Amino acid sequence: MQTFTLLNDHSQWQQIGSQLALFWSFEDINATWVLIGSLLLGMSASVIGAFAFLRRRSLLGDALAHAALPGVMMAFLLSGSRDAEIIFIGALASSLIGFWVIDWLPKNTKIKPDAALAITLSFFFALGLMLLSYIQSSELPNKSGLDKLLFGQAAAITAEDIHILVMVTSVILFAVILFFQKFRLITFNRLYAQTLGVPVKFYEMLLAVLIVLSVVVGLQLVGVVLMAAILLTPIAAARFWSHQLSTLLILAGLFGALSAALGSQISYIAPAMPTGPWIVVSLSMLFLMSFVFAPKHGLLKRYNDYRNLRRRVMQENVLRTLYKLLERNHFQQNDFTLAQITSLRSISSQQLQTTLKQLIQRHWVEEVQQHFYLTEAGLHKAIKLTRRHRLWESYLSQHADLSSEQVHHQAEKMEHILNKDQEEQIVAELMQHLADPHGKPIPQLPETATSGAKR
Amino acid sequence: MNEMLNGFIDQWALDLWILATASLVAASCAMVGVFLILRRQALMGDAISHSVLLGIVLAYLISGTNSLWVMLIGAVIIGLITAWLAETLHKTSRLQTDASIGIVFTLFFSIGVILVSLYTGQIDLDQECVLYGEIAFVPFDTLIFGDLESGTDIGPRAFWMILLVFLIVTLGIWIGFERFKTVTFHPSLAISLGISLTFWHYFLMTLVSLTTVASFDAVGAILVVALLIIPAASAYLLAKSLKAMLWLAILYSQAAVWIGYGISYWLDSSIAASIGVSAGLLFVLTISALQMQKAVQQNDYKRKIQAGEL
Repeated sequence: MQTFTLLNDHSQWQQIGSQLALFWSFEDINATWVLIGSLLLGMSASVIGAFAFLRRRSLLGDALAHAALPGVMMAFLLSGSRDAEIIFIGALASSLIGFWVIDWLPKNTKIKPDAALAITLSFFFALGLMLLSYIQSSELPNKSGLDKLLFGQAAAITAEDIHILVMVTSVILFAVILFFQKFRLITFNRLYAQTLGVPVKFYEMLLAVLIVLSVVVGLQLVGVVLMAAILLTPIAAARFWSHQLSTLLILAGLFGALSAALGSQISYIAPAMPTGPWIVVSLSMLFLMSFVFAPKHGLLKRYNDYRNLRRRVMQENVLRTLYKLLERNHFQQNDFTLAQITSLRSISSQQLQTTLKQLIQRHWVEEVQQHFYLTEAGLHKAIKLTRRHRLWESYLSQHADLSSEQVHHQAEKMEHILNKDQEEQIVAELMQHLADPHGKPIPQLPETATSGAKR
Repeated sequence: MNEMLNGFIDQWALDLWILATASLVAASCAMVGVFLILRRQALMGDAISHSVLLGIVLAYLISGTNSLWVMLIGAVIIGLITAWLAETLHKTSRLQTDASIGIVFTLFFSIGVILVSLYTGQIDLDQECVLYGEIAFVPFDTLIFGDLESGTDIGPRAFWMILLVFLIVTLGIWIGFERFKTVTFHPSLAISLGISLTFWHYFLMTLVSLTTVASFDAVGAILVVALLIIPAASAYLLAKSLKAMLWLAILYSQAAVWIGYGISYWLDSSIAASIGVSAGLLFVLTISALQMQKAVQQNDYKRKIQAGEL
């Protein structure tokens, strides 16, 4: 066994370089086939895994892959050969049995779905390992290499394996394209599909068989233990980029293909390296990048949105406080100090100062010698907010029977969210009740009655 | 004659060590597994047992020794990180719980396997051992009390490790029994009583990590799941109370060890895998018995209804 010491040796880098060159010159037929196989596998597994994920059965693939192991061993024991077809059929059979068990247990006993998954996974895997250790301690011919199924070994793959792989993955991809509409329907709205008369059971079975197929065919490349990741991680990463199913599938397929190719290449160059783990690591990197940087739902974007919202809420709160001060002084005085503002709203003085600076930038507030004024536009905005706040308060106290203390906190949030249509709706509901539960008047917008607001 | 007897006793002592280790492993796993099943966190057990590999490898690479405490601490840290990361991912990215668990543990396990392959010459671990464990070799890796030359051999390392963990687990469950019960069956009551759900969740995860790392030498990373989940699930089918479930799970696990040992002797197969298989067989047996009982009952009712007795 080749020990894979760290690559500090110059000659080793050269060796890797030449191997890479060989790989990409497509002279080595086997290497090219492995590349094509892994691309196809990554694509089909992530596409079919997407449906499992969306139907909330993310770890089904994990259990099914583990469940394939005893079938492989039994097939070898019974036939005595390592033909790709025989192994494939054995794996398929025991994976399907595993699927049936996972389905049957929660329906007929009090075992919960997650436990059913774990039970099937570990029992079948133990059975597979027991048979494997039995085979290895026996005198059977050509028994070596069966253990490569556990973590996958791209270098140990045969042309025959690849042919089956290409065939099966093509069938899977073709089936997904053909039945795309039906799969989408039963994934997102099973009940509706039933009322339409779609044979839901049949398509669910078909999906399950496709999942089993892609798991079984990937064993050689990815291995039993980590098959779960190639079904699950690509779609989880893709979800940060889009909500459109077709886009999701294409993205997931792309991610899967990319990392499968990467992993198989690493393992092909350094034969001591198992393929599966490298595929999973590169997939996880893609996931992490999507999680953080995706433009629509990434962490950075959401953090940014959150910060903007906080800033807006803070600005609006200060505006409303200025309005309240104005109201207290019977609209006679329109210049207030920091101390006056903080007396009405609990806010740290530093935060208040930055917020006031932002407000001045937007020309809602002006500052003269430490005193702050509401401008015309600022007043307009403040009236709008106060109006929404008080409308919501009186709406709640009339229709939801909440005390005046409770309504204030609700309104404190709603004032930032309500839009014009909702505002009009509430006005219509409240008829002419123009005071909030605390007895303060609900101001009118200046366009309709400027003097009304300053009454 | 005397020599033969001595050889016989040696062989017998080896078997005894193996059986003692295996039954302690199985009992600890069964007890922890009961709570995993009841709290519907079976998959968390699966996840932690996988990622513990990374903990062991990292602890070994960083500290340079494979002493008992280093392994235990490494495993507990990585186990808690797994639990925490899966939960955080679930919360911040709105992924389903099982999906986030799956993403985290496959990554950790992969890194672990890659590290094992990279340092295969320097680490006393290989891919095989990760999968099967090496319970058959457990008796040869012994702890020596005192210095290396003159000290007394006090028995296998794995045995002492699992004994320690077994004691911790038993003590933990014994002391926290009432709390665990409330948290498991009545989380909302627990909150109103001021019991911290988070604390007990992570306490359970700590116990799971400890159990898996101690079982690692003996049965490998993945078969631990079989011992964690299957005996507890069998007990879940029969038990009517938490105490009964704990005892039944221990009983099932011990039966699995004995039957598994027999199977491995008969087939010359891996002991750990055979124990896992026999746990599964006992589960299948229990299910069949229950299904049969159900069928008989249904027939009975049917007859009674037809005869007009009900």
